[in-house]
Amino acid sequence: MVAKFDLNDDSVVVIIGTGAGGGVLAHELAQKGVKVVALEAGGRYLPEDFINDEWDSFSQLAWTDARTTTGSWRVHKDFAGLPAWIVKAVGGTTTHWAGASIRFQEHEWKALSTYGKVDGANLLDWPIDGSEMAPWYEKAETKLGVTRTGDRAGLPGNNNFKVFEKGAKALGYKEVHTGRMAINSSEYDDRMACQQTGFCFQGCKWGAKWSAAYTDIPRGEATGNLEVRDRSHVARILHDDAGKATGVEYFDKDGNLQMQKARIVCVAGNSFESPRLLLNSASSMFPDGMGNSSGMVGKNYMRHTTGSVYAVFDKPVRMWRGTTMAGIMQDEARHDPSRGFVGGYELETLSLGLPFMAAFLNPGAWGRGFTTALDSYENMAGMWIVGEDMPQLGNGVTLSETKDQHGLPVANVNFDDHPNDVAMRNHAYARGEEIYKAVGATRTFPTPPYPSTHNLGTNRMSEKAADGVVNKHGQSHDIANLFVSDGSQFTSGASENPTLTIVALAIRQADHIAREMSAKNI
Amino acid sequence: MKHSHATRRPPLREPSPELAGISRRELLRRAFATGAMTVIGAGFIAAPDAAWAAEVTVITPEQMATLVQMARDTYPHDRIADKFYVVAVKGYDSEDNKAMVAEGTAALDEAAKAQGHENYASIGWEEDRVKVLQAVEGTTFFQTVRAGLVTGLYNQKDIWPLFGYEGESFSKGGYINRGFDDIDWL
Repeated sequence: MVAKFDLNDDSVVVIIGTGAGGGVLAHELAQKGVKVVALEAGGRYLPEDFINDEWDSFSQLAWTDARTTTGSWRVHKDFAGLPAWIVKAVGGTTTHWAGASIRFQEHEWKALSTYGKVDGANLLDWPIDGSEMAPWYEKAETKLGVTRTGDRAGLPGNNNFKVFEKGAKALGYKEVHTGRMAINSSEYDDRMACQQTGFCFQGCKWGAKWSAAYTDIPRGEATGNLEVRDRSHVARILHDDAGKATGVEYFDKDGNLQMQKARIVCVAGNSFESPRLLLNSASSMFPDGMGNSSGMVGKNYMRHTTGSVYAVFDKPVRMWRGTTMAGIMQDEARHDPSRGFVGGYELETLSLGLPFMAAFLNPGAWGRGFTTALDSYENMAGMWIVGEDMPQLGNGVTLSETKDQHGLPVANVNFDDHPNDVAMRNHAYARGEEIYKAVGATRTFPTPPYPSTHNLGTNRMSEKAADGVVNKHGQSHDIANLFVSDGSQFTSGASENPTLTIVALAIRQADHIAREMSAKNI
Repeated sequence: MKHSHATRRPPLREPSPELAGISRRELLRRAFATGAMTVIGAGFIAAPDAAWAAEVTVITPEQMATLVQMARDTYPHDRIADKFYVVAVKGYDSEDNKAMVAEGTAALDEAAKAQGHENYASIGWEEDRVKVLQAVEGTTFFQTVRAGLVTGLYNQKDIWPLFGYEGESFSKGGYINRGFDDIDWL
């Protein structure tokens, strides 16, 4: 029986966003008997709705509401209105994600202590570490069914992986395998095994990849404690004279402004929308936005030092067949400043279909230099770089002069690479090209970063209230019943795909919220 | 990421009834050549071999022929027939785009004249046409047409097999039994 809560019910926890952070938090709280209203800006799409077609799927799932960009990053030049490739739908970007699920390395929780002060970077240690997170990671891996954890077998390698593996091993790399993936290698948790369809980014039509859309959300609803209101766009968070959050105003699916009262408000709209909402919630009491006494809301935006390497061979690869990202090389993930940069990076297999390859291989390029690359599409292999980028005060989200369809200022995203990011990317490009040349690549392409999929850090976690927005539980330093529940609470980016850590933090946060509610502290 | 042309372009016309009875020879006799395309007068352009024909209602046939040539020179794939480039730029035959196309193609011809040619579309060698395109590369017209082609051309499913791309695979059960790991040359 799906719950239906009254707009004036001030006993509910309101969660804004239903992705890896909000969707999981909603489920965990509902399982504990906490009443939850989850407000999701997007609509509901299930595996039968997903589309094996890149542009059609993009139109269906992607967040294409207005955003603006500034800064020297190439995304601003090529995709000025699309700083991120993330999802507007129930389940959030867990419909689109590739499934790579790896834990932070121990040193990555202590970025400042490990790397030391880096000029121009605003590094900070997390207020938590690997031993604190280990049990939550295990719960997250069990929930997601991560391969190569527990007793779950790895996925088989596809053609793209076989090329990658042979090249990486030829260079002497050791940590090369088909990844720890939230994609079933055999049936698990009522979800079937991967059918090697490709189109992981377009939503898994088999449900073999974990997504909150068809696991945590319906299971949360089945408890009778969770109501998900889709196509509901939150405009601002409200507070009382004591500075305590009291509810939210949102535009419902008909465009009417509604007010939902709340005992607790949790923000989980990804690293652009979450700070945007806090900034748009400014009031006479909080003129710089809610939860922003530190001035860190919207700051320290990280997007991982990404980039891709594609290569053409003299024979077919057909990289699009099979699991999109089941392949990883982890030897370069270590911290080894002798390479000319701090932190490390992963290399992971990746493929795009022909339409997206045309859009992303070298945006803006034309002529035969470009088209002869696409002519060899069938013979192409591809990999993606995921490396730790530096948090910088100047990188982040501010309110734009542009307004959205509801008349609300949209997020402007400013980004400049740090010299450390550039050095790391160039190192990774060189290694990636060597990997492919070791198996006979005739041409390689160091491909620039796509619109960001890993968006982190804009409401960061800190020990001290002056350094960040939330404490070690994702709880606002300023407002006890206001939480941040998504990747925007990341203190540093680490070199791993962030979803597993977002899920682990959400499970842990649910435990904290339920305990504090029982103790009547919030 | 503009993909408007992919969604609002009209379908490519089959050779129209007016043209259906015209023999290839007659078609050629009535035509004057504009590059690889043939303007047949009366709002039509066609391939010299009559493999396709397109009707224009707002812009001129010469302008459409110029756009098609420009599309091919921007994203040249020798194994892709002209009709796919026609589909990719057909959306510019509209009131919304009339002024942009008129000014843009005129500027292209001016750039061609400045490089010693009669006009853009009649230049014989691709390399020479590319030099003209490079001269207008910074214009809104060029960038609009180029960006539109990224989806207008490459999102046509009919050209995917020419690149080996197989498209949708769910209905075929994915590749688990269809070669996801069949590479045999490593």
